[in-house]
Formats: sequence, C-alpha cells, structure tokens
Amino acid sequence: MSAQLTETTHVETAASSAPDRRLNPFVRAGLLLLALLVVLALPWYIYPPVAMDIVAWGLFAISIDLLLGFTGLLSFGHAAFWGTSAYVTGLIAIRSGLPFPVAILGGAVVAMLIAVPTGYLAVRRTGIYFAMVTLAFAQMIFFIANQARDLTGGENGLQGIPKSFFGIETVETDPFYFYYAALPLILLGAFIAWRTVSSPFGRVLLAIRDNPARARALGYDVERYKIMVFVISAGIAGLAGGVFSVSHGFASLQELVWQTSGKVVLITVLGGIGTLWGGPLGAAVVVLLEDYLASSGFNGIGIITGSIFVLIVLLFRKGIWGTVADLVARIRSRGRTPGRRDA
Amino acid sequence: MAERLLTVDTLSAFHGEAQVLRDVSIDVSVGEVVTLVGRNGAGKTTLLRSIMGLHKNTRGSIALDGTTLDGKSADKRARLGIGWVPDDRGIYATLTVEENLSLPPVVDKDASWSLDRIYEQFPVLRERRDFPGTKLSGGEQQMLAMARPLRAGSRLLLLDEPSEGLAPVIVSQIGQIIRDIRSQGVAVLLVEQNVKFASTVADRHNLLAQGEVVESLDNDAFQSRTTELLQHLGM
Repeated sequence: MSAQLTETTHVETAASSAPDRRLNPFVRAGLLLLALLVVLALPWYIYPPVAMDIVAWGLFAISIDLLLGFTGLLSFGHAAFWGTSAYVTGLIAIRSGLPFPVAILGGAVVAMLIAVPTGYLAVRRTGIYFAMVTLAFAQMIFFIANQARDLTGGENGLQGIPKSFFGIETVETDPFYFYYAALPLILLGAFIAWRTVSSPFGRVLLAIRDNPARARALGYDVERYKIMVFVISAGIAGLAGGVFSVSHGFASLQELVWQTSGKVVLITVLGGIGTLWGGPLGAAVVVLLEDYLASSGFNGIGIITGSIFVLIVLLFRKGIWGTVADLVARIRSRGRTPGRRDA
Repeated sequence: MAERLLTVDTLSAFHGEAQVLRDVSIDVSVGEVVTLVGRNGAGKTTLLRSIMGLHKNTRGSIALDGTTLDGKSADKRARLGIGWVPDDRGIYATLTVEENLSLPPVVDKDASWSLDRIYEQFPVLRERRDFPGTKLSGGEQQMLAMARPLRAGSRLLLLDEPSEGLAPVIVSQIGQIIRDIRSQGVAVLLVEQNVKFASTVADRHNLLAQGEVVESLDNDAFQSRTTELLQHLGM
C-alpha cells in the first residue's frame, strides 16, 4: 500500500484531456483553421513585437502543458531552457551572422542537450520534488550565466542580436515582417507538441500521467518516457526562447530567473492544461494585460495579474480553455436531449 | 507435471515496520490456475504486487522460468511475460477499448493474441471497441483488463479478485474465460475471496492467513473440505 501511495502522488490533472480527444474532426479542423487565422492576423491588430511576445509565450506555455497536462510533471525550472536558448541563439546570431532561424534552431538544440541531465535526475522524483530539482537546475544555469560575463555580458545581458534573414532587409528591420518570418518556428514547435501528444507515444504519456505504477506494470519504462518528453518539451521551450530573444534584439538574465519559470506555469494553468490550446490563450491574456498596464503607467502590474490569476483559479478550475470547452459541451448536450417536461 | 513457470521461494514482504508476508512459497506451472485464498488483509494483493515488482520491500526470491526476477523493475518483468490485472482493473478512462488493448507493448510476438482472437474470446469487447473506458460495465471492464495482457503476450496472468462486485452470471462468464485461456497455455495466479468461484476455475489452492500460507491443496481436497477451511480462515 505504501508503495502505491508514493507512486500516485503526482500532479492530478483529472481527465481534462478527455473531451478534447473526442472532438469532432470538423470542429477540430475548424478550430485549427481559426487559430491559424488569428495568429496570421495578429500583427495587423496588435503592435507586432507584442504579437511576437504572445506567440512566443504561447509556445513556451505549450512546452509546459506537454509536461503538466499530458504527463503529470510540474517543471518549475523551464526558464533554464527558454533562457539558455535565448543566450545561445543570441551568441550564434552575433558571432556567426547566420540567418536567425538557424541560430534559433541551434539554441533549441542546446536547450535539449542540457535537458538530458536535468531530466535524468528530475524524473526519479515526482510531484513537488520533481519541481524542486528542475528549479535547482535552473538556478544553477542562472548562476553560470551571471558569472560568465565574457560570454553572456553578465547583468548587462547580450545586446544587439541581429535579425539576419538571408539579406532581406524588410524582415531585418521591420517587426511586422519579422513576425511572419519567425512564425514558422513557433508553428513548428506547436506541431511537434501536437504530434507528440497524438501519437502512440502520447498515449503512453497519458497512461503514465493517470497512473505511473500501472504504466510500469504494462511494460513501459516510465523514467525513460519522462526523460524523452522532458527533452522534447525543453526543445520547444528553446524554440520559443530563441524567437523571443531575436525579436527583442537582446537576451538578459530576466530570461533565466525563477520568476520566468513561474510565469509560464501561471500562464499555462490560467489558460487550462491538458489540451495544448490553453497555453496560447493564457499567454494572450497575460501578455496583453501586462502590455496594457505597462503603457498605462501603473506600476503595480504584479498586483493586478496576481489578483486575476487567483480569481481565475478560484472561478474556473480548469482554466479558461477547459471552462469554455465544458460550457460548450453542456449547451450542446442540452440541445440534443429534450428537457424533462417532454418525457 | 507441466513445466514450472513461476516460483516464489520464502518470500517475506513489509509495509514499513509491519510484516505482511511470512516466508511464502508458491509455484505456478504452464497451463495451470493456482489461487491465493484468504480474507482481507491476509497479504494476497501484496504478494501479487511483489511478483509484479511494484512492492519492493521484500525478502526471499521470485523466479520466472528459472531465472530470478530479483532487482528487476516492473516494466522489465512485464516484458518477461507477467501480466498484472489489478483489482481496480486499471482501465484508462481517457482511452477507448481498442486503445486500451493496444496500449501495452507486445512483449512476446508468438504469444501475443491478435485483436481478432481477443474479440473472439471476448465478443462484448468487439461491440464496445470504440467506447471510452469509463462507459463500460464492471464485467466489461474486467474482461478488458484480462484481455489486455493477453494482447501483449503475457504467459502468466496475475488476477486480483476478478469476481469482486460482479453479478453471479457475469462471474460465471469470467470463470469460463479463465478456463478458456488456461486451456490455451496461459498460467494464472488468482487472488480470490469468493471460494465457490475459486473452486470452479482452479487446479490448486493456497490458503493465506496473516501473511502465511497455512495450507496448499488440490481442487478436489479443497472442495471436500470447503466448510472446515473457511472456518479455519475465519471467512
């Protein structure tokens, strides 16, 4: 019994992914098309660098959802992968002058490489201990980045990251066109996440999330699967972090601090976990809100976002996406079955 | 005498300080159904979990086909051909019947049952193949739980109280299925409290009380002494 108890003390996510998995294929295709349209239209309606922030944070949140919503692992150190890629991308772009997508892919690969030892140690623990190990690693990376001044610029950060793009000047100077040049990388990350969760591999992840002991008894090496999804997730976070740093033209220690790890978890939970849709939704809410509050000159941003977070968690326990999906499902099932009066 | 498949030798198991199993020795041969009968808390489930490698605080040895399982993790044991059917049945609610069946890796290509063969043995699962795990009745869930390791190609099934909470007519169906899969060369170690049910499916019985095997006997002896044995076990 004691073994069973320790085996199942992982983050409970309920069966939040169940409704989405059974989505009508037409509805799913419609949603994908709509999402694509929104993402394509974004810089027309929103200041393009902010639009870039939304999709970058959205992808970052997807990398968290892959772990939290689909495997039951809460990483509290994902800034390590986002930030490492931000720096590595910047270094490649500055020193080699290669086109920025190449630099970003390089950053993502390095993020995956450092995720291997992190994951290897972290997956041996579950629940809060897993979160602590990932946090410890992230703090270590932060410390190293802070000390290696010659490489990272220390507290000044890495300035002047170029947006080299095959000599196409409009992309390199105009954030509007840069958005469209960088968007494929974001979509690539989202696609990898989607492929991961909808493959047989993803089914094993769900099995591990729902009951690790049972998955092991079925013959799956649970630790190996967790490491693999952890590395995939780090790569996706790396893609997002690379896009973010090129978009801003600099990489700073802000990308590596634990608050960044916390913020992305907050965004993911806010949007709703276990569907991949929630993260980008949460990112849109948080980034827009921060942008609005920052431009309003109010300096208590944290208080506002914190209060909203508390409210949403209290009112919508499944996050924005989960709550809306439940509502739609309820309305539709009410439409299908006639009321009691008719019976 | 058929080929010996599972050998549990003087196994003791502990939950923290408390000892739940004391020097338990049992064995199961190919194509044989062996039971562990005893009341709640006798240590039956712990024994199954120890064989599966999910309960690790043990002493003594467990061997499959003559090779020791000591130090092997649960996933390695599953790949050697042990299939665990837990008492909660372990169906994944988010997956359909067919997805549940295909979830475990095929551990033995030759022993693995094809989906057709599964559906032939469990016709109700064919009807329900696209149903999510939650929409099944208790009996259907039990059948799915038993079919899953067969699909993977397990040679030894560890069944934890398959009759629990099921209507008598379903229980007798489950009994028929156990006899069927046994005749196809699969060995079964069955944990039961339902003595009547146990006597309809098993070749041999081990009576477990307070973590010890107090009696091992074949089915004939078991049937003729049922009342006495039950009193002895306090059931």
